[in-house]
Amino acid sequence: MLKKIFPSLGVVLVVVAMFLGLPSIYSNQSFLFNLMLYLALAEGLNIIYGFTGYLPFGYVGFFGAGAYGSAIAVTLLHISPLWGVLWGGVAAVLIGIILIPLLRLSGAYFAIANLAASQALYYVVSNPALEKITQGPYGIDLSSVYNANAAYYALLGVLVFAMVLVAFIRNSDFGLCLLAIKEDRVTASLAGVNIVRARSIAWMLSAFVAGLCGAVFGWYSAVFYPSTVFSLDVSVFTIVFVLFGGIGTLAGPLAGALILYSMYNFIGISTPQYFQLFYGLLIIALVLFLPDGIASILRKGKVYVP
Amino acid sequence: MNLFAYTIIAGVMYGIFFGLVGLGLNIVFGVLKMINLAHGDFIMLGSFLAYWLYTLLGVNPLLVIPIAVATFFLVGFPLYYAFVPRLLRSKDPEMLSFILFFGASQVIEAVIIFAFGNNQRSIPSDVFGSSGFVIFGQRFPIAWLITTLVALAAFGFVYWYLRHTRMGYATRAVMANRDEAMLSGIDVNRISAFVFCMGLALAAIAGVFSFFIIGSSSPSMGPELTTVSFAIIVLGSLGNPLGTILGGLIYGVAVMFMQSYFSSWADILPYVLLIAVMLIRPEGLVGKAARSA
Repeated sequence: MLKKIFPSLGVVLVVVAMFLGLPSIYSNQSFLFNLMLYLALAEGLNIIYGFTGYLPFGYVGFFGAGAYGSAIAVTLLHISPLWGVLWGGVAAVLIGIILIPLLRLSGAYFAIANLAASQALYYVVSNPALEKITQGPYGIDLSSVYNANAAYYALLGVLVFAMVLVAFIRNSDFGLCLLAIKEDRVTASLAGVNIVRARSIAWMLSAFVAGLCGAVFGWYSAVFYPSTVFSLDVSVFTIVFVLFGGIGTLAGPLAGALILYSMYNFIGISTPQYFQLFYGLLIIALVLFLPDGIASILRKGKVYVP
Repeated sequence: MNLFAYTIIAGVMYGIFFGLVGLGLNIVFGVLKMINLAHGDFIMLGSFLAYWLYTLLGVNPLLVIPIAVATFFLVGFPLYYAFVPRLLRSKDPEMLSFILFFGASQVIEAVIIFAFGNNQRSIPSDVFGSSGFVIFGQRFPIAWLITTLVALAAFGFVYWYLRHTRMGYATRAVMANRDEAMLSGIDVNRISAFVFCMGLALAAIAGVFSFFIIGSSSPSMGPELTTVSFAIIVLGSLGNPLGTILGGLIYGVAVMFMQSYFSSWADILPYVLLIAVMLIRPEGLVGKAARSA
């Protein structure tokens, strides 16, 4: 047990050191912020997809719920943006609780129902009829509380939380329960795993992380629109990163997001279609040749991947 | 009352077309038990084929149907043999195929945006003549009637294929149980490949006529169409191709009612419908409780 905790701890420390140190070397804070955002989202999605096998295609729904939850708390209830972040997480968990019945669906059905749920949420939030609360399609303006540096470090906190959560799940009995559900629900429940409780907890934790991410993103962006925070691209990117790195590990999603998002930023940002094409081909290749991501290459070489 | 009658009739025609939109997805699901997440993108490809044939050569959309069918059979066979048998042998075909077709959808969208730009395109709706037609005192463009008839013909063809041809018998056997069909000597791979191509061709036909019902076509409309198609086939019943038309009708009439009476909430409808049906009656309205997933 201890032997396995040290590598995880090492990974967390390296990532923290990286994002504490990089701003003084590399001045593009917005890139570092987005990179961190996807690292955290990848770990959050990993909690539900990597350990239980439920692929949340509408993961962005939690992200958007977080952004709006915190923005509404800040603009209407006038609480501080840092507390607002927590509210964002809570808003996402509430959406997660409403969506718990979806977990009864399996495989692709769950994925599509979740996608539909995130779209439905998007249309609710962007509906002009709700302009008094959500500003409808006209977007949210948080520029009065804008503080890029504070948001940056808040996100680092969220990322650490997500990583510690994944490290804990991976090395605990709870994680083992989740993996059992992923392998075979019926057998898991026969072996005494309370599958409904376990998967619901994993689902809400995953939603919580995405909600925190969305809230910090809203804070950092100051001005955002429903189409930005409910963009399907957020789900897509996160899923690709996690798949590429290797699901169910701590380091895999981090490596996937780090490599692919950096590539996206340096090559593809001017013409997103290059990357859409590249990601599409990458997804196909991964499914056909490397369904367990780059982590599985290391594992074949008998290297332990934290 | 006038609005009510218009809503019902428009909803029925709209719904029959959307039945066609879902039909290809459902037939592929029935045979392969895979969800073709690139379905909406094949519809988009069909609409672009029609758009270019019309704009460059002035080809009537009705004549595009045979061209689309031929093209998509030519594309479909290599696609099938490149991916599907490999997927069926893998550990978790359902989930992996889902992700793979998602990748394919991204590739198609990106390639089309490269080739033609991310713009809305449309064919003028008076391509079939500008005369309208009147049902129960309500006037509709002639293009709606033609689209509805094409969709009904497509359903008729699928019915004839499944019920009155040898391939159709074999197809139904594969739908019922893949392994038993294989044991009784049916060339499961050949049937699956054929049906896969048929699914793509049906999607393309829906694409050809999408201009007249949806209004315009853009490279990024695929995912939304896939979700709507999925809502429709779940409503109808998964894996029962002819049930799709019922799903389409419910969807069409519901959309038209929302647009007439609660227009600001109309966009949300397909998604809520989808979630509701999946949770309450996942086997669909006319399906038997046979879904194994």
